[in-house]
Amino acid sequence: MASALINVPKKAKRGEIIEIKTLMSHIMETGYRRTASGEIIPRDIITSFACRYNGVEIFRADLFPAIAANPFMTFFTVATESGKFDFEWIGDRGFSETASASILVE
Amino acid sequence: MRFARVIAVAALLIGAGIAVSSLSANEIPQGERRSGYDFMTPDTQAIQNDDTANPGMLWVLDGEALWKSKTGAAGRSCADCHEDARAGMKGVAARYPAFDKTLGRPVNLEQRINLCRVQHQQTTALAYESRDLLALTALVAQQSRGDAIEAGADPQLEPFVAKGRELFMRRQGQLNLGCANCHDDNWDKRLAGSAITQGHPTGYPLYRLEWQSLGSLQRRMRACMTGVRAQAYDYGAPELVELELYLMSRAQGMPMDSPAVRP
Repeated sequence: MASALINVPKKAKRGEIIEIKTLMSHIMETGYRRTASGEIIPRDIITSFACRYNGVEIFRADLFPAIAANPFMTFFTVATESGKFDFEWIGDRGFSETASASILVE
Repeated sequence: MRFARVIAVAALLIGAGIAVSSLSANEIPQGERRSGYDFMTPDTQAIQNDDTANPGMLWVLDGEALWKSKTGAAGRSCADCHEDARAGMKGVAARYPAFDKTLGRPVNLEQRINLCRVQHQQTTALAYESRDLLALTALVAQQSRGDAIEAGADPQLEPFVAKGRELFMRRQGQLNLGCANCHDDNWDKRLAGSAITQGHPTGYPLYRLEWQSLGSLQRRMRACMTGVRAQAYDYGAPELVELELYLMSRAQGMPMDSPAVRP
């Protein structure tokens, strides 16, 4: 039951610098921990995150085991035109989630 | 020499006796009560203030999906009886733990959700601290945001509040500490670098950065008991519900802020 919280301003002026915030539900199991019986808990993390603005990639991040559960990613971009932000998270065990948000640029 | 040592030990014991008798003399006056939120750094407060940065909201999202999904032999969803959680569950969490007439004792919010599942949806109870139970609890608790805590006002609960209070004051564990030793007497100090706080359960279930997860008040209380090296009660034990009830009644009138974020 993966879910994401996305915060993109609904409206912006052309050329305005806007902040984009994303929060993805994920346990981010490091692969270094062991169970009570000593077996290693297999690594299960998000390995990459990307954001496209009207199809053009504007932000990408690689994630590693040291990153906390439920990764919160925030970054800035310039509002150039109305359209859509597409977000994509990819991880271990075939984890793949997408989300999108639209913006009106005046 | 030996005689002097005996006197010294006796003096220590007397000193300890005085300390024990003064326990519980320092209950926090109404005006000085502070939520755990006030003890946090501005950075951590900022995570809680923004619903798109608060990871607890991920559980609320899951809770909304579960609220609408039909389950059990009855084929009913929570929404079929309670309608939209936003309306139907307003202020409910502020009244829990509440007295259950059939059981003749208080039940907490998690137990109420499970009773509903078993009796009305005719399905199985969810395990304590499972994602689904936390999600439903978070959704219900969120609807009481800003509402004043009322739990414990019901006169039928009086004996249970008293039992919870007794547990709060009682010293336990190898460290021989009662809850009150920290949360009534020393809440303005720090323990291993962390604020001790007054222990008001305003924001449960809450996201602890240390847990990297949402967790219930019982999880928090059990961790405290393990911390004083006592044997923690099992999840759902009547003693834990009574302690939960006492903590809520102690925080009566304080606003709820579920799902809160704590360090």
